[in-house]
This record gives sequence, structure tokens and C-alpha cells, in this order.
Amino acid sequence: MNQRPFLSLSRRQVVRGLLASTAFGVARLAAGCSSSGDTADDAAKDAASTGGDDLVVGFIYVGPKDDYGYNQSHAIGAAAMAKIPGIKIVEEANVPETNAVQETMRSMIELDGAKILFPTSFGYFDPHILQLAEEFPEVQFFHCGSVYDEKVHPSNVGSYFGYIDEAQYIAGIVAGETTKTDKLGFIAAKPIPQVLRNINSFTLGARSVNPKATVQVIFTGDWSLPVKESEATNSMADQSIDVVTCHVDSPKVIMETAEKRGIYCSGYHTDQAPLAPKGYLTGAEWDWSSVYTQYAKDLLGGKTLMDGGIPHLLRGGFSDRFCTLSAYGPAVSEKVQADANAVKEKLIANEMAIYQGEIKDNTGKVQIPSDKKYDQKAIELEQMDWLVDGVDGKVAG
Amino acid sequence: MMQMQSWRKTLEFICIPLGAILAALFAFGIFCAFAGGNPFGVYYSIYRAAFGSWSAFQNTLIRASPLMLSALCTILPARLGLVIIGNEGAIVLGGLGAVAVGLAIQGGAPIIVQLGMALGGMAVGGLWIALVGILRHYRAVNETISSLLMNYIAIALLNQLVEGPMRDPSSLNKPSSYPIADVNMLGNLPGMRVHYGLLFGIIACILAYILIQRTTFGFAARMAGGNLRAAKIAGLPVGKLTIAICFLGGACAGLAGMVEVAAVHGRANISLNSNYGYGGVLVAFVARQNPLAAILVSIMLGGILASAGILQRSHGLPDATALVFQGLVFLSILYSDSLYGRFDFFKERAIATSEV
Repeated sequence: MNQRPFLSLSRRQVVRGLLASTAFGVARLAAGCSSSGDTADDAAKDAASTGGDDLVVGFIYVGPKDDYGYNQSHAIGAAAMAKIPGIKIVEEANVPETNAVQETMRSMIELDGAKILFPTSFGYFDPHILQLAEEFPEVQFFHCGSVYDEKVHPSNVGSYFGYIDEAQYIAGIVAGETTKTDKLGFIAAKPIPQVLRNINSFTLGARSVNPKATVQVIFTGDWSLPVKESEATNSMADQSIDVVTCHVDSPKVIMETAEKRGIYCSGYHTDQAPLAPKGYLTGAEWDWSSVYTQYAKDLLGGKTLMDGGIPHLLRGGFSDRFCTLSAYGPAVSEKVQADANAVKEKLIANEMAIYQGEIKDNTGKVQIPSDKKYDQKAIELEQMDWLVDGVDGKVAG
Repeated sequence: MMQMQSWRKTLEFICIPLGAILAALFAFGIFCAFAGGNPFGVYYSIYRAAFGSWSAFQNTLIRASPLMLSALCTILPARLGLVIIGNEGAIVLGGLGAVAVGLAIQGGAPIIVQLGMALGGMAVGGLWIALVGILRHYRAVNETISSLLMNYIAIALLNQLVEGPMRDPSSLNKPSSYPIADVNMLGNLPGMRVHYGLLFGIIACILAYILIQRTTFGFAARMAGGNLRAAKIAGLPVGKLTIAICFLGGACAGLAGMVEVAAVHGRANISLNSNYGYGGVLVAFVARQNPLAAILVSIMLGGILASAGILQRSHGLPDATALVFQGLVFLSILYSDSLYGRFDFFKERAIATSEV
């Protein structure tokens, strides 16, 4: 039809457009050209006819796929999964945690023929995934961060998450040894257990090599508040804090601000080294590529959640390749790298625990007595509501 | 002759928005070509995804329903000449109020609990926007700025309450209030997967239209909006009118919050803050502050939102594409406002009258 000339023209335009602006999502443009003639119905037919060959896997993100943060980390994992023969990926970004995500899941199942869904945002789980899982018992839903409970949750729901605080602990060691002022900063979204655990692990890591180090915490109050995040970074730099790290959805602004202020920074979620080429020390990254690749192999091998072939609750740290460290930046000396790597090896070999008593919180109360040691699976760690000694900040308010 | 004139006027009201939408589609087609999509395939996909089948249309309606109630929060005060954009805050607090009431009386019969939640949500949302009216009337605080800023206060209040006093301790990583029992949930309209918010929205829009066009209260409000001094001289209680109409607008948005809680989330948490408020402002302006038009505009916006997924998945367009489309449609409709009365074809035939 008359689509051909139009398409070849548009490809050239795309290249030019991309040079002029980076506003468009880059990765999928090329793919878009070839499939642009498709309609929803054709896609449905395709899925029905070719569904036998390719396993269709849907990924849903709450924000943009290029946020240098949480969503990008999952999109990288999805891209790794897409490389596996026999897997076809469909993706949708910027899907809010309302019934909009139910419609997206339904559409992926009904129109694209998705048999596997990875709705990645925490807030998608209850009630949205749980409702759709009841309605589509043959579709498998994998969710990041929730805790699967076989008594109440449908058997076609699985949950996975990583002990990324191991990477934060190592990042803390790097920060603690590199800081010149002994003052570190942690910009966090909300005082929830996952976040507190990262703050505490980072602090414990820093103080294990530098007992004088303190960590100033600022809670911004929400997952994506770039203005507040940049204000917090600036105020930390003003207080002579010289390493900042964070737990927010997109660390982009924090890394850029830290670089501009000439202080060090330590990343989170993905590799942010390109944003701060001078000051980036290291970062706690997710390794969803390895997790998703493993899932893909299991699924292609015919295993399912329903028959128990795939565990409903999947957790892991460094050793199971759920998380990893960013490559060390130029400011990290070889000695520091060696120290950090040594501890990392110990964690992988399970020779040490981060939460080894005695650990006091920052009000002086003993939270973990000296005869106790929590390994990463300990339920107490998932309910953490305190900040460790050395943290300057409060959980409430 | 009168017949003839009103016919042309009606045609103008239909043709100009339609023309605006066509212009926006054309501009969007150019954008898609630049971004690597085939414009005609994209048009067809938007149609299929938004209106192409009963299932797709339900998707559109699901997205449209909160927008109708939310839009009324801007539309009603607009009749009094107030530009209020505090919808988001009223929705968030309405949801919070509904949960508070729902949990307080959860032992009662479901219908009582639901009614209580609706009234609670409406009361809280109404009072919140009434506060804007009070500030406006007694302290001459600009209502647009104050209502916008109050959105942030409302969201902060929601966070504070669900992370503090109202928190369910078992909601570890997403702080939320205690859940509403399943029996007290609103559920969906029979035979559809669309919740009752759609019905409430349509009813509220029709009631708002009757209130404004067919009652003395509405007449008084329109008069005060037209000329405040004249209204005061005529002895109208402008202060009471301002506060009352703000309350009604806020109550509609509060009801939207209640529906989100009672039909979707089942509890109050930060998901209540999902930009239905700002979507409602958009709907109100495109509908030219007409409650009936707001129903249609909501469905149109719902359709655009519903097509966002297909644009990403079938055409590989960036996720912001639907936003670009929405922006183009709304810009061109707002611009088309300035075209009324510009085309001779739609003008009343004054010459004809003089000839007779």
C-alpha cells in the first residue's frame, strides 16, 4: 500500500529528530517502524496464531523507562529477557497505580496474548494484580517487592525481591573510606522498612571502616520529588557532607546536583556513572537481567508457579545475582576497592552477616542483642522501623 | 427565521470542536510520522483501543468516570466566575474522609456504610473547597492560587495520616489506612467492569446542569458571576452563594475520591493522588464549563488515555505519545474557542431579517 514511502521517509526523520532532541524514548523507535501497520486486532490474531512459538511476556512500569532509576533497572532486565529465543516482550511505561494498570494487564492478556506478566511497581500488587490473577488463573503474575502468602494469594502469583542492602553495605564501606569530612548523606523517600534497611546497611558499612562517620538522613516524603531531592543534596553539600546516596525512584537529580557541587555520590537502582563522571564512587544496582533470564529459562522449560516448578517467593542478594555494584569511579583508591571487594566476597560466601549484634539504634536502644545475628532472610529485617546508631535522623515525622 | 438562526448556532457548536479535533489529529499524525509510526495505523489503533469494541469502550469509560466528578469541581464555581483547580486536593481528602467514616461505622449494613462513606467524602471535599470560597470572599485571596496550593497541603495531609495515625501496621512498604471490608465495597455496574463512579458522574453532571440552568440558585450564581456589583445591588447573598457553590464543587470531587477508595483501592493511600484532579480541570475548560459537555469530553479524554497502551505496544511509540496527543487535542479545542462568530456561514442572517 502507500505506507512504504511514508515509512522510509519517517526513518530518516527519526534520526534527525533524535539528534535534535532526546525527548523521545530511544530504544523502541526502530522496532516501531516495522510493526506500525499492525492494529490491535491484527496483534490479537498474531498472538493467537504465533503464540505457540513465542512466549509473550508483558512488562509494566510506573514511570518512564529511561529514568536512571527503578523503572530503568527493570527495563534493562526486560531487554535482557527479550534476547532469549522464544520470548517476546511487550512493554508499557507510565502506568499509574490505579485501575489503569488493570486495564493494561487485561489488554496485554487479551490483545497481545501475554501469558506472563511482570507489573513492576510495588503499588500494582494489592488490589490490582490480585484481582486480575483471580480472573485469569492461567496467566502468571510476577511481582517485585511484595510478600507472597499462600493462604490468601492466588497460586498464579509470584513475588521476587533482592537484598540490595548488601550492595548498600559495600557502598557504605567505599563512602566511609573515601570521605574526608566523615559526614555522609542519605536522601530517602519514605521511612518504610525497605528504605530504613538500606540506610542502616549503608551506615553500618561506612562505620565498619570509619567509626567516626555519621550519616545525615533526609526524607523527602515521596518517591519522585526532583525539586526536594535537589534541595536536599544542596543543603547536604552546604553542611560539608561529601558523599551522598539515596533511595528514591530516580536518583538522576541527586547525582547531577552532587557532581555540580563537587562532592562524591553513590548510586542506586542502576548505574548513574554517566551523570557524575568525576564524583561517582559506586552504586547499589539491581541485577534484574540475571533474575529475569533465570525466570525465562524456567518458563520456557515448562515450569510454572501453579505446579510449584517456580517458587512463589524468590529472594536473593549478591550470591544469587539479584544485585550488583556499579564499577568503581575514578575517586575510589585501589586500597578502598580491595577492602570493599574483600567484604563483598565474604558476603557472597556467607561468612558474615550485616546485622550481627550488638546493634543499637540512634536513640541508644539495643535493637539486636550481642548474641543474635540476623541473616538476610530474617523476617525482623523486613519489619525494620529504627535507624542505626550513627544516623542523624528520625523515623517518625 | 428564529428556527433558522438556532440551527446555524447549533451547527457552529458542533463543527468548530469537530474541526479542532480533526486539526489535532492531523498535527498528531505529523508527530507520529516523525516518531516513526504510520499515522493512519495510529489513528486506527486509537479508534480500536478506545471505541472499537465493547471491551475497549469499557476501558475508556473506566478512565472517564473519575474525570466527570472531578471536572464538576471546576465547572460549578466557574459559573460564579471563580477559577478553581483544587480538584486533586478535594479528591484526596474526599477519599480519606470516606475511609474514616467507612471504618468508623463498618459494623453497619453495607448500604449504610456506603452511604456514610459517600457523605463523608462529599462533606470533606466540600468543606475543603468551601474554604477556598471563604478565603476568596472574606479575604480576597486569589482562588486559583489558593486552591492550587491547597492541593499540596491535602496530599501532605494524606501522607501524614496514612503514615501516622491512620496507618495499618501491616502495610509495611506502602503505608495505607486499614482496609474497608469487602462487603462494603461498591463493586461494578451490572454486566460491566466499570464501577459505580460512572453512574455517579453522569448523574452529578446532569444534576449540575439542572442546578445551573433551571433553578433560581443557579441563576443567582450565574448573575453573580456575570457582574458581582450588580448582583450585590440586586440584594443577592454573594458570600453565601460563593461558599455554597464551592462546597458543591468540592463535594463532587470528594465523591470521586470516595469512589476511588470504595470501588478501586479499598483503602486510602498515596494512590489516591493520581492526577484525576488535573485531568478534571482540563475537562472543565475544554467543555467550556458546561456540565453536559463534560460527560462527552471525559469520555474523549478517557479514550485517549485508553489508547496510550496500544500506541506503546503495537506502534513502538514513546510512552509520552498519548500525552502529546492529549496536549494537541486540548490546545486546538481551546484555541478554537476564539473562532466562534468568525465564520460568516454560521452567522445569523441579520440581512435577511431586514429584507422582510
